[in-house]
Amino acid sequence: MDNETKKVLTDPLVNNNPITLQVLGICSALAVTSQMSTSLIMAVALTAVTACSSAAISSIRNHIPSSIRIIVQMTIIASLVIVVDQLLKAFAYDVSKQLSVFVGLIITNCIVMGRAEAYAMKTPPMASFMDGIGNGLGYSLILIIVAFFRELLGSGKLLGIEIFPLIKDGGWYEPNGLMLLPPSAFFIIGLIIWVFRQWKPDQVEDQDFKILDISHGEGGHH
Amino acid sequence: MEAYLSLFLKAVFVENLALAFFLGMCTFLAVSKKISTAMGLGIAVMVVQMITVPANNLIYHLLLKEDALAWMGITGVDLSFLALLSCIGMIAALVQILEMILDKFFPALYHALGVFLPLITVNCAILGGSLFMIERDYDFGESIVYGVGSGFGWALAITVMAGVREKLKYSDIPTGLQGLGITFISAGLMSLGFMAFSGIQL
Repeated sequence: MDNETKKVLTDPLVNNNPITLQVLGICSALAVTSQMSTSLIMAVALTAVTACSSAAISSIRNHIPSSIRIIVQMTIIASLVIVVDQLLKAFAYDVSKQLSVFVGLIITNCIVMGRAEAYAMKTPPMASFMDGIGNGLGYSLILIIVAFFRELLGSGKLLGIEIFPLIKDGGWYEPNGLMLLPPSAFFIIGLIIWVFRQWKPDQVEDQDFKILDISHGEGGHH
Repeated sequence: MEAYLSLFLKAVFVENLALAFFLGMCTFLAVSKKISTAMGLGIAVMVVQMITVPANNLIYHLLLKEDALAWMGITGVDLSFLALLSCIGMIAALVQILEMILDKFFPALYHALGVFLPLITVNCAILGGSLFMIERDYDFGESIVYGVGSGFGWALAITVMAGVREKLKYSDIPTGLQGLGITFISAGLMSLGFMAFSGIQL
């Protein structure tokens, strides 16, 4: 694998993560993370759709008139999502019921559209495909971290296998019910962003305003 | 009537699209810096939601559902797999039409909403509303109520969020947590607040 491909693949994992830095694709992601199995399926589905749609859009990029490009991109993405949805219904019906509308919502997932618009429209198919996979993996990484904590702390299990024996089954772990509820996903992502930005301080966004330092300023003497 | 009222309250508070299902999060986080813009976007989402959900309901029940084409004398056809494509097409088309109508007849409103209208096509709250309508099999009347309710709930959530963020300007936040991080955590706290409604049986 040459350097360019490697960079395209690994850059979106931490340095340019679609969720924590570009703030894309949070929409449909958080609701599926209360269990590892659903998040894994969702991660695979999104990676496949992003990679294939980027490759498809990039291969016809010179023939799309720019005034209708959004509609063309939408149609390609929606068709791919229908394929994924039908595959899930055929081979993993239970999971597809749990994911409910969130498979369909991959269509409006900003990562897919964002990559199509920002990368695939300018680059050849193979590189776009790799870029799609890279961004899909960046998304998957966050999804899996969040799901890991939510399932482990919320029900003491990982992928349905017991890790912490629960008190009600004679073990020692009292499950934290909050972790299974929607707010915990917000908290965990907020904390992940904190860790990422503490580790890579250049990712902190510029503030529109500054807090006055009281020890030197005149702010404290009113 | 009572059923409609309880569906409305459920859509606004208990099953709030933004805070319970995380829909429309990208715009929710990006556009909630000022109360006035947040409210503008909220109203735009509400209007679009109010039109698209019933419209998609009609399309689904008259064209796509299993044996829905019976009124044309065609039976045994199930086009429901096309629902995704038709929903997003409908939304894109409606947003475009709405933009033109507003531009022609209500220029003031058009300028107020202007920037946000195109953004709405890719707002998952809109598509999510239509997909939930299909999944839960609402009839036409229910779909209107659900459309208005879910849109109003989203507008309420983003306006409150903008209010919180305006006040957050005065707090001293650790460097790494500034901006996106603290926004997520305050959204989590708000979502926790909205969860208090979930015990209410209507």
